[in-house]
Amino acid sequence: MLLEISGNLNMIGYGLATIGPGIGVAMVFSAVINGTARQPEARGAMMGTAWIGFAIVEALAIIGIALAFVLS
Amino acid sequence: MGGLGSLLVPLEGDATGWAACGGEHHWPPGQTSFCSRPLFPQLGEQFSWLNNHMAQAVIAAILVIGFWVVMARGHSLVPGKRQAFGEMAYDLVRNGIARDILGHDFKPFIPYLLTLFSFILVNNLFGEFFLFMFPTFSKIGYVYALALLSWLLYNGVGIRKFGFGGYMKRTCLPPGVPKALWIIIVPLEFLSNIIVRPVTLALRLFANLFAGHLVVLVFVVGGSLLLTTTERLGGFDIPLLKTAGVVSILFSFAVFALELLISFIQAYVFTVLTAQYVSSALAEEH
Repeated sequence: MLLEISGNLNMIGYGLATIGPGIGVAMVFSAVINGTARQPEARGAMMGTAWIGFAIVEALAIIGIALAFVLS
Repeated sequence: MGGLGSLLVPLEGDATGWAACGGEHHWPPGQTSFCSRPLFPQLGEQFSWLNNHMAQAVIAAILVIGFWVVMARGHSLVPGKRQAFGEMAYDLVRNGIARDILGHDFKPFIPYLLTLFSFILVNNLFGEFFLFMFPTFSKIGYVYALALLSWLLYNGVGIRKFGFGGYMKRTCLPPGVPKALWIIIVPLEFLSNIIVRPVTLALRLFANLFAGHLVVLVFVVGGSLLLTTTERLGGFDIPLLKTAGVVSILFSFAVFALELLISFIQAYVFTVLTAQYVSSALAEEH
């Protein structure tokens, strides 16, 4: 063997697992941008919900990285 | 493999000294790049908690206190440069985070949110700052402590306002749920509001800074390795090694710029989410 690649296949699984939260976070903030463009004065109310939504969606990615490390 | 899993468990000192942890290895970057080095190894094992990352956190605390003490004194009606800068930084947290999210009862929470924001920001910027070159919050123990503080805060104010039973009812049971669904909704809401929130709060900050520091290491250390290597890598004659090294070092500037942005965003997100959790704990009706 000339070149050895070592590491853990879990990390590839984690990479795949980030696709879902990535799309989710993009959808949350694209909705906020759309909403702000249509109705700028409602931005404050939308951002509150958006942060909660962002936190919940990103929790999936974070649980993913925790599991990728812990289950190795 | 305990090595990677132990990243999420904040155990220091004892058996995992600087050498036992593998801190002397510089390549390849991995979890060994995050080992803490005891400041006074001659004092022995029982002082190994006194390491460089802890000193860094203490320095950050002193910097934050010093900054706000300097900014808070000698105010005049027409602000000078110093006062204008201080007011801008204060306004970002006061109006941009606390007032927008917490509504009219935001004043008691400004000190905590401001401290949180500036402490996290300074510690994150240490990752790009010479002399330190290490974001403190890529060690998970520090992040757990911050998340624990925020968890105590938002549960504490909720319990103080509604009493334990009332707070639990408000947190675990959204209004308007039919009785048949309670058995599903109550455990789910409890899990999501009481357990998952602090864990994700901690891991979000940790994972962003850990990954960011690792990327910086790959480009900087890897680039300098490519520039200085004299042996044949893996038995191959690889052309343009030096060019790849130069490109890698140049690209690391872009990575540093990204890290500056991320350190600000993560400090902001942590503070915003803390404020958001406090506001949802204090909400009269969901």
